[in-house]
Amino acid sequence: MKKWELKNQRDAFGEALVELGEQRSDIVVASADLSCSVKTGVFAEHFPERHFNFGIAEQNMISACAGFAAAGKTAFASTFAIFVTGRVYDQIRQSVAYPKLDVKIVATHAGITVGGDGATHQMIEDLALMRVLPNMTVIVPADAPETKRAVMAAAEYKGPVYIRLGRANIPVCTDIPECQDFEIGKASIMREGADITLVGTGIMVAKCLEAAEDLKKHKIDAKVINMSTIKPMDEKTLIKAARETGGMVTAEEHNVMVGMGSAVAMTLVENFHVPMKRVGIRDSFGESGTSDELMEKYGLTVDHIVDAAHDVMKRRGR
Amino acid sequence: MLEEMASKVRRHIIEMIYGAGSGHPGGSLSATDVLVALYFMEMNHRSEDPKWEDRDRFVLSKGHAAPTLYACLAESGYFPVDELKTIRKIGSRLQGHPDMRKTPGVEASTGSEGQGLSMGIGMALAAKLDRKKYRTYVMLGDGENNCGQIWEAAMSASQFKIDNLVAIIDRNKLQLDGPTEKIMSLEPLGDKWKAFGWNVIEIEGHNFREILAAFKKAKETKGHPSVIIANTIKGKGVSFMEGAVGFHGKSPSKDEYEKAMKELGGD
Repeated sequence: MKKWELKNQRDAFGEALVELGEQRSDIVVASADLSCSVKTGVFAEHFPERHFNFGIAEQNMISACAGFAAAGKTAFASTFAIFVTGRVYDQIRQSVAYPKLDVKIVATHAGITVGGDGATHQMIEDLALMRVLPNMTVIVPADAPETKRAVMAAAEYKGPVYIRLGRANIPVCTDIPECQDFEIGKASIMREGADITLVGTGIMVAKCLEAAEDLKKHKIDAKVINMSTIKPMDEKTLIKAARETGGMVTAEEHNVMVGMGSAVAMTLVENFHVPMKRVGIRDSFGESGTSDELMEKYGLTVDHIVDAAHDVMKRRGR
Repeated sequence: MLEEMASKVRRHIIEMIYGAGSGHPGGSLSATDVLVALYFMEMNHRSEDPKWEDRDRFVLSKGHAAPTLYACLAESGYFPVDELKTIRKIGSRLQGHPDMRKTPGVEASTGSEGQGLSMGIGMALAAKLDRKKYRTYVMLGDGENNCGQIWEAAMSASQFKIDNLVAIIDRNKLQLDGPTEKIMSLEPLGDKWKAFGWNVIEIEGHNFREILAAFKKAKETKGHPSVIIANTIKGKGVSFMEGAVGFHGKSPSKDEYEKAMKELGGD
């Protein structure tokens, strides 16, 4: 398998914002004292009059973005996932989602790979919070290039969108033709396979691809799906994959209780039930450590996906 | 003329809340005169073109005074006055709290206290970016000043020098559980806003001359946002509702309804 190049999703976000700023005068960007970390600062350098730093006041930032949108702007609000979801849930619900306003919430530093900052900064339940909100679209890009495509698509779409990004430099795995035309609500098949389906989201997509290589050694032919939109979920692609392969493993850097895997499970249970296993954080908070150490300790490695796949195969009597 | 309209609006409020069997008469009646002054004198708006892009914006941050807003909008011609009686009923365009997607003329969906001033900030900044002359008015409840987000918003409006924004505090001195000074003391309220960099104008909130003069003063203030502290009486206009905590969120009985309508000059 070829060695993947590492790139940062936040840089891609910053790049996309500048491009959008050049194309459209109705784009405004809001930060909350983290403009350097989340790369909205790059937009601010190019368009200082259209960037607003609200300080450490996320509630005000979100509702002000609702006001921008009500006055005809497309507003991007960005800070760490931990501060832009739970802390402002009511503002997102009341000011943004309910009136279906054109606010894009771009959360960076999501998941446990934040690392050393520890559990207080490791957001592992944001997908749950965002996906239960009516009118909300939820996107988790798999790498930096897909981040840029997702941000551009979100800007094009009218209505609230939540985009989840990580902190670290991560492998570029979407530089294949199947992933070039990003469409909200459309999953992409990264690899064909007949025996089992691995569904990944965010940084776990690359890990699913690696797991598929590993499974090949055991004569298991795995299909890999990049579930980059969590809501609306691409049910058609999922159900088709379940029919074709008869087993499924999901992988996400999120609490397994309520994230992408549970959404997949609901879809399958109601449509085409196959043996399934969810890889993710088993309902616990994280802790300080390096990204790799945390991924190992909290069950998010390639080996965990491979083991889950073997387990599913065993349940099917193979 | 404004006084007459205010009485009419107050009668609508009582009829709506009595008809719905629930609602917030106290804070709706205290806010009436300011809203009447805005909709029938101060603001540039067009009921025949609710989305006219140069219109002044009004955000009712204290969303529980929705009946006052609906009465002003109906009397302005945004929708038939007859529709007022559908408030809080299933399928109605008139939700218990304002909904910008359902009701023509409603600029913001509010009801969860503390968020409207921030929304107003977004609108006012958008006006500046677009080099538009429209102004944004936000009405806050006094109890709403308990919310931390109000002070986040207050800080930022001053930081961004948003002088096309006017906050009006309906200072009726009562919140749901009792007197504001007993529940969570606000005073010295004017000094607090001043300390946050706002131009503070304090008035008697049932006096149209003072209300309109305050709007004028706010318009003349450059470089700072303005806040009008409108000293009002909760339940204003209905003797047994005035200053009565019990009518924060309770609809009148049949007898109370008839008595209130009589006091407000109804049949």
